[in-house]
Amino acid sequence: MIETPLALPAAAAKVSLFRRLLTHPTGVASLLVLLLVALASVLAPVLATHDPNTASLKDVLAKAGSEHLLGADSAGRDVLSRLLFAGQFSLAGALVALAVALVLGVAGGLIAGYYGGWFDSVSSWLTGLLMALPGMVVLLAARAVVGPSMWLSMMIFGIMLSPAFFRLVYASVTAVRNELYVDAARVSGLSDFRIIGRHILTVVRAPVIIQSAMVLGIAIAIQAGLEFLGLGDLNIPTWGSMLNDGFINIFKSPTLVLWPALVIGLVCVALTLLANAMRDELERSRGPVRKNRKAATADAAAADAEAAEKRGAAAVVHPDEPGDGAGELLLQVTDLGVGYDQPDGSTTHVVNHVNLTVRRGEVHGLVGESGSGKTQTAFSILRLLPQGGRITGGSIFFEGKDLAPLSEKEMTRIRGKRIAYIPQEPMSNLDGAFTIGSQLMEPMQVCLGISKAEARRRALALLAKVGIPNPERTFNAYPHQISGGMAQRVLIAGAVSCEPDLLIADEPTTALDVTVQAEVLNLLRELQDELNMGVILVTHNFGVVADLCDRVSVMQTGRVVETGPVRAIFNNARHPYTQQLLEAILEDTAPRGPLTATREPKELKGVTS
Amino acid sequence: MYRFVLRRLFSGVLLLFVITTVAYLLLYAGGGDIARRIVGPTASEAQVALKAQQLGLDRPLVVQYWDWLTSALTGDLGRSWFNGQLVSAGVSSRVSVTLSLVLGATIIAAVVSVVVAVWAAVRRGWVDRVVQFVGVLGFAIPGFLIALGLVSLFALNLKWFKATGYVPITTSFGGWAATVTLPIIALSIGCIASVVQQVRGSLIDALRQDYVRTLRARGLSFNRVVYKHVLRNAGGPALAVLAVQFIGLLGGAVIVEQIFALPGLGQITVAATGQGDIPVVMGVVVATAAIVVTVNLIIDLAQGWLNPKVRLS
Repeated sequence: MIETPLALPAAAAKVSLFRRLLTHPTGVASLLVLLLVALASVLAPVLATHDPNTASLKDVLAKAGSEHLLGADSAGRDVLSRLLFAGQFSLAGALVALAVALVLGVAGGLIAGYYGGWFDSVSSWLTGLLMALPGMVVLLAARAVVGPSMWLSMMIFGIMLSPAFFRLVYASVTAVRNELYVDAARVSGLSDFRIIGRHILTVVRAPVIIQSAMVLGIAIAIQAGLEFLGLGDLNIPTWGSMLNDGFINIFKSPTLVLWPALVIGLVCVALTLLANAMRDELERSRGPVRKNRKAATADAAAADAEAAEKRGAAAVVHPDEPGDGAGELLLQVTDLGVGYDQPDGSTTHVVNHVNLTVRRGEVHGLVGESGSGKTQTAFSILRLLPQGGRITGGSIFFEGKDLAPLSEKEMTRIRGKRIAYIPQEPMSNLDGAFTIGSQLMEPMQVCLGISKAEARRRALALLAKVGIPNPERTFNAYPHQISGGMAQRVLIAGAVSCEPDLLIADEPTTALDVTVQAEVLNLLRELQDELNMGVILVTHNFGVVADLCDRVSVMQTGRVVETGPVRAIFNNARHPYTQQLLEAILEDTAPRGPLTATREPKELKGVTS
Repeated sequence: MYRFVLRRLFSGVLLLFVITTVAYLLLYAGGGDIARRIVGPTASEAQVALKAQQLGLDRPLVVQYWDWLTSALTGDLGRSWFNGQLVSAGVSSRVSVTLSLVLGATIIAAVVSVVVAVWAAVRRGWVDRVVQFVGVLGFAIPGFLIALGLVSLFALNLKWFKATGYVPITTSFGGWAATVTLPIIALSIGCIASVVQQVRGSLIDALRQDYVRTLRARGLSFNRVVYKHVLRNAGGPALAVLAVQFIGLLGGAVIVEQIFALPGLGQITVAATGQGDIPVVMGVVVATAAIVVTVNLIIDLAQGWLNPKVRLS
């Protein structure tokens, strides 16, 4: 077994993983190198031309030639023959370390992870202890007691390496232990032994094989290091002891150090690359299902969008009502397209030919189901599309200046100060490593160029303004210490801190409790009135639209299908999709009565807050 | 915060105690065999017994340990069995050399890793792939092979640096720098490779967080968000891997010191190990454990500073 070391991990691997590995170029190359080295070592008695340990005075430091293919070392021993035989010992030593680490780590991890209890605490503590010590120093200390035996050293190193497996197995087992199918197996009367064998070992097998390749590389390296220090058994040839001899004679015969160094380097690199290749393939084998589904939905969306385009479905545009549209034009989005570049070079379009106008002091609702492109439209106005996304066409005129072609640097000057953003999910949008106060102050200091003291004063005032009862305490708190509603107020305070002209709110109340929703909507309305901002309100909730908006655009599959004053949309929806949405909403909100006046909810402010 | 520090301090001292106790018991458990190894295989039983008595190895292990522990607490780690030198003096004079190598390598690794990892995580594409591939190579090739390569290239062939020797930093900074540059580079390469992988991974995770977009939407430049917010959030895992690397470097330094003939802990360890000079080996274990415990304590405190949840829990 020991002499065919490198076939071991491969043979134990799942056949499909092994097969797939054969299509991975670096995987195949590494496997070939390792097989070659293993084979050469096993066949050393046949291949070697000399005895690896026979010294010969006349051949001391002989040059490479027909007698000694790679030359001879300081004792006149043939380098090639030694290299071949050394392979046996070096690989076998590393395998001993691997075997000890595997047995201890896997067994310990299984028992600790599956049964828990005192064994769990003791072994986890021991693992921590072992990992706290440098392996080399432990080996040297052990060497002082046990003497120069390579086998003993490698067994001790195996113990040092066992946490690598223990942690892996422990983590997998504790994750799997309480899965329903394991419970089911337990209930159906399978013994623990069977459960571990059937359900748990299959989960950890692949990661353990990968880890084995890594551990083998580490063991070979450390064993070579130990021998290189001259602390090994002088009676057996190893790559490390050859390295030692070569280094001592580096001035007299520089190539002597080269051969063992090459072999050690090659084997270590091959093992690591093999482990990486296996990991790649393992991830890929888990990947396709998810990938395909994602690609499928993207394709479907693209197909839908194209179909809509072919239908030539122009958006239904309701005319402005008299008295509306008085504000100065703030934002004019024309023919906007947003797409994501795919790995195969194509582009998936998620927003097509969108037109949108926002006037100062006006709230423009962007309505549609999830995936309709409303958030993508919002992000493209901020020019903060996720990685891979880009504006594929159209213009975004903001106060007469097209934002679409601006550089990142120019956009940075506009964000925060001119266009601000309120996100949907309050907690994940605050940086947990900084206090609320510092997150409020930093953008103000950067955008407005004010002093820290001034920023602090303003931040506290803002917190009070957005209705936070104890601004000082919230200012000094970390995000995980405040509630979601508080966090959303903080984010609103941050958004308006530099008094922007345009506010983009992306479903600002979706993640909040119903009572908090109403308060936050009121707050938004007050701030909008006070600062006379234009607002784009992304939402899927027509109730919110009725509460806040002056104008609505309904989006479906990346296109605006209907747009107009809110009253016209509610009373006279012409696009079937809008009608569908309205029907769905109106049933829920029947107690409100007919929604006719947009200003009506404002009068109810006293009631709701 | 005080309780956090105190708790970590206490667990550090406990760890130090456990490591040294276990090491002592394992090292001295041999008893008679230790004396036999020193006097040689041809010596008579009487000679072995005499040697054991001289070294105090004939007493019960617990008594020996209690003796050692009480002296160690006063800073006395005994004397070498071979040259009679005070272990504490021998070890402490060499700790600074090893620490300067390991700290130098850690600092270089931390700085280079962060720069490279940010580059790879932000640019992605081919930059990322090259960084990852070079990282795998740097991780896979044993550090002492890199050291050998550096010696033969820069010291023996190009003669830019001296191959061996050490100049204390107190004597001449230039001389010190010239003697430790190659060893530090040799040590740091593997370290960089590991830390880059870790930092790159945590950076990519952190870059996907919602607050990155929100902070940018507030008018902060991308670089500012990356260097102040993303890096701080990715800092926890990075520090953890740096601590592991530091411990590994203490081991790697043994071999590198041997290659460059630097009078560090490694040299005294190798000599003592070869002879079976157990008091010296024990001294090295104490010094190493103390360094490890101190580093872990510093890392813990740094984690608390980086992540308020750790500190406040």
